[in-house]
Amino acid sequence: MFRATWKSLLARKVRLLLSGLAVVLGVMFVSGAFVLTDTLGRSFDAVFADGYSNIDVIVSAKPKVELSEAEGEQVAAPVPASVVDQVKAKVPAATDVTGLVNADGARLIGSNGKVVTSFGPPQLGENWVGENDLIQLRDGSREPRADDEIVINQALADAAKVKVGDRVGVLTLEPKKEFTIVGVFGYSGGRDSMGGVNEVVFTTPVAQRLMLGKPDTFSSVSVQAADGVSAERLRDDVSAALGAGYEVKTGEQAAADQAASLKEALSFFNKVLLGFAAVALLVGTFLILNTFSIIVAQRTRELALMRAIGASGRQIIGSVVLEAIAVGLIASVLGLAAGIGVGALLAYLFGKLAGGLSLAGLGVPPAAVIGAFGVGLVITVVAALLPALRASRIPPIAAMQDVATPDRPLTKVTVAGGIVTAIGATLLFLGLDGHAGDNTLATILGGVLFAFIGVALLTPLISRPVVSLLGALFSWSVPGKLGRLNSGRNPRRTAITAAALMVGIALVTGVTVILDSAKGSISKLAADTIKAELVISGAQSGPRPPSFDPAVLEQAAAIPGVQLVDGEYGDMGTVNGTRTWVAASSNVAALQRIFGAKATAGDISRLGPDQMLFSSDTAKSRNVSVGSQVTVQLSRGEARTYTVSGIYESSELTNPVLLPPQAAADFAIPQPIQGFVQLAPGAKVADVQPRVETLLADSPEVSVADRDAFIKQQTSQLDTPLRMIQILLALAIVIAVLGIINTLALSVLERTRELGLLRAIGLRRAQTMRMITVEAVVISIFGALLGVVVGTGLGAAVVRALKDEGITDLILPWGQMAVFLVLAAIIGVIAAVLPAVRAARINVLGAIAHD
Amino acid sequence: MTATVGPQAQAAAQANDVWKLYGSGEAQVAALRGVTAEFERGRFTAIMGPSGSGKSTLMHCLAGLDSVTRGTVSIGETTVTGLGDSGLTKLRRDKVGFIFQQFNLLPTLTAQENILLPLSIAGRKPDPAWYDTVIDTVGLRDRLKHRPAQLSGGQQQRVACARALVARPEVIFADEPTGNLDSRSGAEVLNFLRNSVREHGQTIVMVTHDPTAAAYADRVIFLADGQIVSELVEPTADTVLDTMKKLDTPTEVAR
Repeated sequence: MFRATWKSLLARKVRLLLSGLAVVLGVMFVSGAFVLTDTLGRSFDAVFADGYSNIDVIVSAKPKVELSEAEGEQVAAPVPASVVDQVKAKVPAATDVTGLVNADGARLIGSNGKVVTSFGPPQLGENWVGENDLIQLRDGSREPRADDEIVINQALADAAKVKVGDRVGVLTLEPKKEFTIVGVFGYSGGRDSMGGVNEVVFTTPVAQRLMLGKPDTFSSVSVQAADGVSAERLRDDVSAALGAGYEVKTGEQAAADQAASLKEALSFFNKVLLGFAAVALLVGTFLILNTFSIIVAQRTRELALMRAIGASGRQIIGSVVLEAIAVGLIASVLGLAAGIGVGALLAYLFGKLAGGLSLAGLGVPPAAVIGAFGVGLVITVVAALLPALRASRIPPIAAMQDVATPDRPLTKVTVAGGIVTAIGATLLFLGLDGHAGDNTLATILGGVLFAFIGVALLTPLISRPVVSLLGALFSWSVPGKLGRLNSGRNPRRTAITAAALMVGIALVTGVTVILDSAKGSISKLAADTIKAELVISGAQSGPRPPSFDPAVLEQAAAIPGVQLVDGEYGDMGTVNGTRTWVAASSNVAALQRIFGAKATAGDISRLGPDQMLFSSDTAKSRNVSVGSQVTVQLSRGEARTYTVSGIYESSELTNPVLLPPQAAADFAIPQPIQGFVQLAPGAKVADVQPRVETLLADSPEVSVADRDAFIKQQTSQLDTPLRMIQILLALAIVIAVLGIINTLALSVLERTRELGLLRAIGLRRAQTMRMITVEAVVISIFGALLGVVVGTGLGAAVVRALKDEGITDLILPWGQMAVFLVLAAIIGVIAAVLPAVRAARINVLGAIAHD
Repeated sequence: MTATVGPQAQAAAQANDVWKLYGSGEAQVAALRGVTAEFERGRFTAIMGPSGSGKSTLMHCLAGLDSVTRGTVSIGETTVTGLGDSGLTKLRRDKVGFIFQQFNLLPTLTAQENILLPLSIAGRKPDPAWYDTVIDTVGLRDRLKHRPAQLSGGQQQRVACARALVARPEVIFADEPTGNLDSRSGAEVLNFLRNSVREHGQTIVMVTHDPTAAAYADRVIFLADGQIVSELVEPTADTVLDTMKKLDTPTEVAR
């Protein structure tokens, strides 16, 4: 039995390779995801370990508002300078106690007048504490001595194209200030950058003022142990000396903690990649199921013979499953190898994007290997199980009969499809309607999966009318007609091939429907509500939004023709202990006059320094009303109590809560991030815009645009994720193309004799190829049509469910859908190339004699 | 020995010193060794011979399905030898009809569509009168809308015959057309072939190893070891059988 299996495998290697390729791609994503996160994780470990290598113990204060890595850089609470003296006085084991300033948000303006941006790593502003093992000044450099002197790291100097001696502008908590670069430094081992971080180093008092906003404070204090004292003992000593209220860690601990929080953010990448692996594997399952079904059908006579000479049904199942295991194993090995390559490549690209993260050696964690083999084997065997069962039911008598694959009735499969589709729809309904509680995402995903499988099972039934209708388009020529008839010949095979394509197209269509609807709804709402002719804003490249000099607001208000100017500030704070996005407005009147907000309670037209406003939704969820006392903790400063003086109606564009402008001083970014300029009646945009533009000369992160351009820019932020999702889902479509090639190749093989006959009675080679191509195009357009319909359904369901979230308009991307259908036709043509060439090359004589 | 006809009759197909060699060196096998034969227009010729005599190879070469190693083959006025794929395709489409042992119908098409397939591939319309004649002769009028799977073997082969006839090719090649049929269905098909020659002047070349089938032909050519060894005009099953018996004794094979 084993020998027979092995022989059969060898005889069909190309076909199995094609279907195995789908598993290879899926496994590649799984193992690639693990390799990527492992490699990056260890690289960050190394960076932080390096950064803390010369620090024994570090003292910091608990941050006022704790943020996860995805929410932005956390602002460390300041440590008073007195802590340095306290440690010196009370801890005898401490030598070399140094106060450090180290905060995100030092943005250098490069030689091209633009701010050097960062994709992710922080842009640190620090105080100079001298050279050490890690930090070394390069030739021609010296330390900063005067208030207007800085040193910067080599990577930043390269990115900004500046050198020692240059005068440069730096944006900090304060608007642009000019400095002279007196030095450039690198790191041990001749490195120019560490983890892609940009560093601007001031003298200590300047760093305290510009980066922390308070004199005589530090971000942290580093303490070195005297000879013979361990870091742990020193930590305990310092901790005892300072009492509660401070976090005291060894350098090693601090490095591990920081790396851990970054790795948490990385796990997001892992999840995204695994999601796409799941899609690829789902499509791959269809492909393998189809291939094994065809193989079993083709081997009917052989398998029946085995049964006739005494093989049991179980042995037959065993032989098919054994074949599947072999395919799964080989595919997993190849997929793992490809995954290691992809992981390495992505890690390299990530390192580049992150500004030169030096990668730790490539690692293949056990999870990658286990995942690869687990997924590869399980998927292949599960997909082969159904065909194996069918093979075991072949009666021995089939060996003696002419092999005619009977056209089994579709009733069973259709009923099953109906039930599975109904389950999927129910799960989707429950998930989207919010009935599933904590399991919403799992319920929705389960619903989508069931819906796909259900529709795939229904596809054979649908395929008959739809395929013949589609095929009618091609029936004007004989090869076209023959191709059409061929595509309707085996509805199950056509259906499963088309279903594989459906999954990819449905997901792309669904995502496009959702994002287009979101874009359309937000644009419409913004266009309807925002009554400002000009908007000051900038494109955000990293975690930190661009900001501008608040003085611009007053200056802009003074421009003739300007009626109202509003600057918007934002921060992640806590309101009554719960983390909330808080906003402040330089001009509260704008809430009604520019954003058209309506008061549902109290007065929202003015705001005293101790008053705040709530949106109606937030007020409801936090259970506050006008007159409530609310405690707000911002990124800096102490917690404060405000009185709720008004509540405005919630919309997609309103902030959860609004604080008076004075509060913005304690925001992580105490500068406005958006400005809205409303013109007086009769004033011209063209007159005012250039004057606002000149005011922004020292705020190079932002620019002024008219309202439509602003809305477009805001909604276009959704385009990037959309493109990324489309590109990754394109993989599922590529796998489906493999499926079409596979199906066609098998059809050509099965119909060798027929093709020979057609050639014998005068069908030209080109006509033969056209016949195969029509078959492929009909299948692929059928699949795309299913995908577009199912995807639109899924997208529409999600959009409906998000009605309360402000996605009010269902926008169907007709153009995109048409593109998908045309794309499907092209895919069909491409998939047909190899099988068609093969069909055209058939030796007529050999084919007729073919048995 | 060669099998030629008198100069009075025009040849629909002819083979001129045709050699067909397979393999090379010591493994070389000669399937045909210098066969020269003419097949007159409007006659029913059978090619007979024991297994391995080269009869099928000769037919394949005549029909342009296989190339010859040496010599020339022509159909009507067209020299088949040396034609490329598109020339051969055109030849098969316009001048040649085929009937196979395995019927070889397209399962997706109805009987009628199968019959008209060669014409529609060539983009020609059938002559309605001729089409009616063919359908009535094969007796399939009430089966035209059926698919091959719904027809008996004999009916399927009659569809295949109609398909070959309807385009009025220069010559129809039939390869063991009764090989897969019971004797009654076989007789029907053979009668039908003979009638189409007698009544409509169709040229038919049939390969068979069945003496009864060969007896339906006007003339029988005998092949052995890749050469024409004998010939019978107006054969009967008995004379064919006698000749065959003689061929089975190698010493009597004429060289």
